[in-house]
Amino acid sequence: MADIQIPAIQIPAILEGKELVRSVRTPARMEYVYTAGMATTRFLTGISQGKILGERAPGGKVYVPSRGADPQLGVPTSEPVDLPHVGTLVSFCVVNVAFYGQGMEIPYTSGLILLDGSDLPLMHLIQECSVDDVRIGMRVEAVWVEDSELAPNLESIRYFRPNGEPDVVVTQPGEGVTW
Amino acid sequence: MVIDVAVIAFAQMPNVRAETVLNEVEMLMPVITDVRAKAGLTQADIGFTCSGSTDYLSGQAFSFVSTLDGVGPWPPIQESHVEMDGAWALYEAWVKLQLGDVDTALVYCYGKTAPGPIHEVLSRQLDPYHVAPLWPDAISLAALQARQMIDAGKATEADFAEVASRSRRSAMNNPNAQLAFDRSVADLLDETPIVDPLRKSDCPPITDGACAVVLASGDRARELRERPAWIRGIDHRIEPMALGLRDLTVSVSTRTAGEKAGMAAAPVDVAELHAPFAPQELILREALGLDDHRNVNPSGGPLAANPVMVAGLTRIGEVAQRIMDGTASRGVAHATSGPCLQQNLVTVLEGEG
Amino acid sequence: MPKELVAVVGVGQTKHQATRGDVSMAGLVREAASRALADAEMTWADIDAVVVGKAPDFFEGVMMPELYLADALGATGKPLFRVHTAGSVGGSTAIVAAQLVQAGIHERVLTVAFEKQSESDAMWALSMPIPFQPPLHAGAGGYFAPHIRSYMARSNAPDHIGILVALKDRTNALKNPYAHLQEHEISFDSIKDSMMLWDPIRYAETCPSSDGACAMVLASEAVADRSSKPVAWVKGTAVRSEPTMSADRDPVLPRGGSDCAADVYRQAGITDPRRQVDCVEMYVPFSWFEPMWLENLHFAPRGEGWKYVEDGVTQLDGDLPVNMSGGVLSSNPIGASGMLRFAEAALQVRGMAGDHQVPDARTAVGHAYGGGSQFFAMWVVGADKP
Repeated sequence: MADIQIPAIQIPAILEGKELVRSVRTPARMEYVYTAGMATTRFLTGISQGKILGERAPGGKVYVPSRGADPQLGVPTSEPVDLPHVGTLVSFCVVNVAFYGQGMEIPYTSGLILLDGSDLPLMHLIQECSVDDVRIGMRVEAVWVEDSELAPNLESIRYFRPNGEPDVVVTQPGEGVTW
Repeated sequence: MVIDVAVIAFAQMPNVRAETVLNEVEMLMPVITDVRAKAGLTQADIGFTCSGSTDYLSGQAFSFVSTLDGVGPWPPIQESHVEMDGAWALYEAWVKLQLGDVDTALVYCYGKTAPGPIHEVLSRQLDPYHVAPLWPDAISLAALQARQMIDAGKATEADFAEVASRSRRSAMNNPNAQLAFDRSVADLLDETPIVDPLRKSDCPPITDGACAVVLASGDRARELRERPAWIRGIDHRIEPMALGLRDLTVSVSTRTAGEKAGMAAAPVDVAELHAPFAPQELILREALGLDDHRNVNPSGGPLAANPVMVAGLTRIGEVAQRIMDGTASRGVAHATSGPCLQQNLVTVLEGEG
Repeated sequence: MPKELVAVVGVGQTKHQATRGDVSMAGLVREAASRALADAEMTWADIDAVVVGKAPDFFEGVMMPELYLADALGATGKPLFRVHTAGSVGGSTAIVAAQLVQAGIHERVLTVAFEKQSESDAMWALSMPIPFQPPLHAGAGGYFAPHIRSYMARSNAPDHIGILVALKDRTNALKNPYAHLQEHEISFDSIKDSMMLWDPIRYAETCPSSDGACAMVLASEAVADRSSKPVAWVKGTAVRSEPTMSADRDPVLPRGGSDCAADVYRQAGITDPRRQVDCVEMYVPFSWFEPMWLENLHFAPRGEGWKYVEDGVTQLDGDLPVNMSGGVLSSNPIGASGMLRFAEAALQVRGMAGDHQVPDARTAVGHAYGGGSQFFAMWVVGADKP
């Protein structure tokens, strides 16, 4: 690649010897008010009542949490489904790094949990299980906060833990590949 | 251009001050369902999809990603997104249709202007070193432009009020308009300016909105719509942002875009101009040779509803709808972006026969 | 009407670095654009239109910065366009620019993709808490790590494959003076011993955060034919998008990527990618994406991508070199990364890739992806006019 001549900057005589301004720090803060939307409102209301509500789309797929649209059909999901609080761990990773917003002791396991009866895994913490014991196919159950602490956010579920049932074979959606 | 492309369907949600119940996806889905129904197409029939929106408006990075689910992109679709008003998403779709691989396109855009402090948000577009740290709001910038017009002898406050009055009165015929009322120029001039020389009535409302358009080319357009609104010309141009580098009383880029889009070929029956502030309509009229035109912004224009990132595509839709309905033969639609009419897109549309 | 031909006649990029404190955003884009223009033997005045791509504006703290940069990009009085398709944006931007020439609208288009993510806080912008969404406990890499684990389980790949990819890409970067990471001491063990971030991804198998820009000049056949240097003819372009959350998605082997590749190969007349493609620049931000994308893009049979890595097929001197430039693993200005892949592919078939040139490369693939493995953009470029 050809290289280019970058013109030297001419500093006016009156500024000679002065320290150049190399950067400007301009903090910016804005406040936004977010609308949850009806589907998220239904889901979080369910959470505040100790329920995990999925929504069934026309065609039968159950999404949790629902965000109001079946992404394959582009239509609203309609029917609420009260899902059991147990499911299968379809994948996971062990997090070993502190990052913005996180407040957990590392290492910890973050997992993709397919609740029984739903068609899309949701991501949550896996605890009460050493990071070396976590495995795909493990059966897990939700552990909630105390009833008095239930609130309309996913922190009402503290984490998922193994529930002792035997592991199951996990099938990859869309490809029909069995692991 | 060799391939004729037309607007064959347009849909918008009723423009409101704030949509506080539905989130962006829920707000957008009925509009997309409506426009596809009007076009007689399913998502599977559509060759290309393009949207316009901006992260800063929604306060979320990658905000367009979640709204794409509302389109139902499965099996995977050919899709793109611009961080611009939907009018530019339409431009990208129009270019795609020129290639001949696909003959239909869905274009959509949405903007919730209510959640974030819009004037603070828009100030983040400005020069980050010298201007943005002062947090100038859009009304003040438009007021600088208005002041220049008055000082140049090009317009008076009464001229601004005339635009403001006419726009809201026209909006009374638009069920989707947010602000629609009949107040006289004298009445409006009685208002105390909020940022001299601009009065509240010279300024756009804050609006949440969404709209969508379906484009089709050649014979496909004729199959789908009895009277397609053919895009005879489309062009866009940009000027430097810095207000001191331009004559704010004229819109050079609009004039150029209008020339390239073929404005001069014949007079237009209708013009929809994206002038969020009343004085800007006068600037745009001059740039497009519409100074005395009697049918500007029959929808009420942005002074009646101004969903950011949507108002530009809405102008195209409003002109196209009138052509499709047979109430106009030839029209021009304009869209703008950036402070004080920095960037401008002009579309000339026509019906056949 | 058939499409016009389009070729890459100029390529430019910046030295990518964690923080380019020596230039403003305007300086950054002009560095890349000036180099592309010089390579194309053109001036700013020759350009008809400018197409800009970058990722979320929270990375720089300026909303729609291309508006502010209009004069820096020589766009005054011209059409300026801004694409944003998440991580694939650099690629989709190049495609939008190419289409302007293919549609016969413009003859010379400058396209620039950049990110100056040191200006704001990239980590924050990437994992910004989205209201009402389940909190992302694991950060950006934590989203992909479970899918990588799924791939490993599915293909029975040995644990060290990721390390081999990282070693290859970082070693290739040493031959690319523009690459951000220049790790002269890198070795298999230094990668293996680096901190595990999101098991199975180690620190040294992760892309850096970079400031950088990439630019290309795309030109019509008439202009390209007059070029004094070899040009890269665009033989096919394709984009695909799939939903964020969908029950039938396979995030390990996404259908969008597979469909995108099939489309672009069809356009380019490629029926056997493994044999007919000379080299590939693919978007690999975490090492394990190389074997996954080899399968997704039809180079390797399902479950066997990792064998190509192990057997050295994708080495610079291998049979199908991948990421000769060092790839995203060595430089990641997010908005630019996709265009860097497309540009590096073009450099290869022009014979202008310097020390990381694949001998006799005549057909190369550029690939970019974004979002949760849901946006894909690809092109095929060739030394021979189609």
